[in-house]
Amino acid sequence: MSAGPVPASRSFSKRLLEGDQVAHAITFVAAASILLIATLLVIILWDNSALPRAKFGLSFFTGRDWDPVNEIFGAAPFVYGTLVTSALSLVIGVPLGLGAAIFLAELAPAKISDALTFVIELLAAVPSVIYGLLGIFVVVPFVRTTLAPPLMHSLGAVPKVGFLFKGPCYGVSFLAAGLVLAIMIVPFIVSVSREVLLAVPTDQREAALALGSTRWESTWKVVVPFALPGVLGSVFLAMARALGETMAVTMVVGNVPEIRTSLLAPGYSIAAVIANEFTEATGDMYVQSLIELGLVLFLVTFILNGLARLLILFTSRRGGSA
Amino acid sequence: MLVGALCLAVALAAAAQSGAILLNGAGATFPNPIYSKWFDVYKQKHPNIQINYQSLGSGAGIRQVIAGTVDFGASDGPMKDEQVSQVKGGVLHFPTVLGSVVPIYNVPGVTGELNFTQAALAGIYLGKITKWNDSEIAKPNPGVKLPADDIIVVHRADGSGTTYIFVDFLCKASKDWQTQVGRDVSVKWPVGLGGKGNEGVSGLVKQTPGSIGYVELIYALQNNLSYGRVQNHDGQFVKADLNTTTAAAAGTAKGMPEDFRVSITDAPGKSSYPISSFTWLLIPTTITDAAKRDAIKDFLKWMLVDGQSFTKDLGYAPLPTEVVKQEQKAIAKIH
Repeated sequence: MSAGPVPASRSFSKRLLEGDQVAHAITFVAAASILLIATLLVIILWDNSALPRAKFGLSFFTGRDWDPVNEIFGAAPFVYGTLVTSALSLVIGVPLGLGAAIFLAELAPAKISDALTFVIELLAAVPSVIYGLLGIFVVVPFVRTTLAPPLMHSLGAVPKVGFLFKGPCYGVSFLAAGLVLAIMIVPFIVSVSREVLLAVPTDQREAALALGSTRWESTWKVVVPFALPGVLGSVFLAMARALGETMAVTMVVGNVPEIRTSLLAPGYSIAAVIANEFTEATGDMYVQSLIELGLVLFLVTFILNGLARLLILFTSRRGGSA
Repeated sequence: MLVGALCLAVALAAAAQSGAILLNGAGATFPNPIYSKWFDVYKQKHPNIQINYQSLGSGAGIRQVIAGTVDFGASDGPMKDEQVSQVKGGVLHFPTVLGSVVPIYNVPGVTGELNFTQAALAGIYLGKITKWNDSEIAKPNPGVKLPADDIIVVHRADGSGTTYIFVDFLCKASKDWQTQVGRDVSVKWPVGLGGKGNEGVSGLVKQTPGSIGYVELIYALQNNLSYGRVQNHDGQFVKADLNTTTAAAAGTAKGMPEDFRVSITDAPGKSSYPISSFTWLLIPTTITDAAKRDAIKDFLKWMLVDGQSFTKDLGYAPLPTEVVKQEQKAIAKIH
């Protein structure tokens, strides 16, 4: 490009300019359409949830009842379940995914790395209902018979954290949902984080090694911090998937709209209840309450993504100045 | 290839002009297999009438009938009064087939069929009966060794006509249920875990020792699940099958309201299975398009006589003859 021909005439540069304008217009429309779709989504959700907004107001967020017969609706148990299962999946999935990404990018021989990455990306394309079946047939029985009893007996008796592991456990639970979600989001974290780690300039590693650090020190103290914004990006992508996941969650979470502190107890999530109840819902208040739940999920996702942006901004600034 | 496609398009367009009638319907998923069969067989006999049916769920069926976006709807539960009044020109309910709901359970050490009193099922689902060896369960099951295990209740998580039938029965079985919970396609369950669909409920029950759930009779038959007997209005413990389900409808035929919006749970009659229900076609009373009106009327007439012979093969209980006669009279109301 730098050795390109000197513009021979005005018409040539004008043509170039026109090409730029066309490209500009096309890409602008593409970008604007995304904003438009998001805005329309909010408007439609807002428009179609007027009844419950008028009836419940802000208490929709704090209400714990979900009673279609008496038309009393509250979102709290669903918001709670969505947050708990997503957080749990991140707690399990992030160390696993990041560890795998570091191994694949920094330590594994290129051939193994490529082969494994291929398999991991395959996992990202598996439909969620398959993960749900895996959950029903493998994870739920495993939680009920193998994982939950020792947790209840050991950690369940520890003073400050015991409330997280109170029984009884039927298998279907926040924990089972968190485990299945973790399995689902790990491919996202690994795939994106690996690319980001590979994109870290070799100079950085060489400089660290030249200063006398070990291979691990250069990886953990130089490469990972350098790639941190990208890694965080992958984590938030994964979080978004976990928040909105419907099928796999509803199959293993137990579908009980209650707020229980134990991770071994059953719960519910926003996406799951919408999918379960929308088709058969009659009555305007009921339907619109489900739509308002959609609005709430949008809001939750919006807030969490906003926080994620701030975090990335914060870490990348610090990374830049260091 | 292209020419062929063009010819086909032209032929289709010609068919559309030569008086082909297209009827669109939407609603309940439960009767979808039999409806598909009926519409297919009916089309073979009347090539100019095409009936499309989308099984979107009873709620969606009712909503679309109210909105007037379909020619007919279908529902597992009757429309409420305020919903009926929203349909311009009125709407009629036509029972088509019957279904029933059966209790399935997984009790360690129990292999036979258990007998459930109405009070037992209501107590279990209210969370008042919590152990399998509770006297309310043990009394009608002499000789069965019931363990002292906790009962784990399983119900449908998704909104469903199956749930409607089951809780409608519980409303009649227990005053407490009627006042505390009520009836709808989904309710605020006092206790229990939710499974998605019949398969979700049966999967949870199969996996969880000490659990009890409910599924459609058809689903239990197709998957060879064993299920319990339930005490009916006359005090008999009846096992659900196609005959006892039809008997429940026959038991209520005498007092049948003219619009057929009737619950047949806890029906009188010795052999009536108490957790049964009609499923309905929702037909607008006023159909302005004469061709469509005649097509729908003719289909209803065919469905009530010839159509009923397809039911048993697909696992649905046919309508009793008394109800068929009443419906044949009601067809004249469509104008």
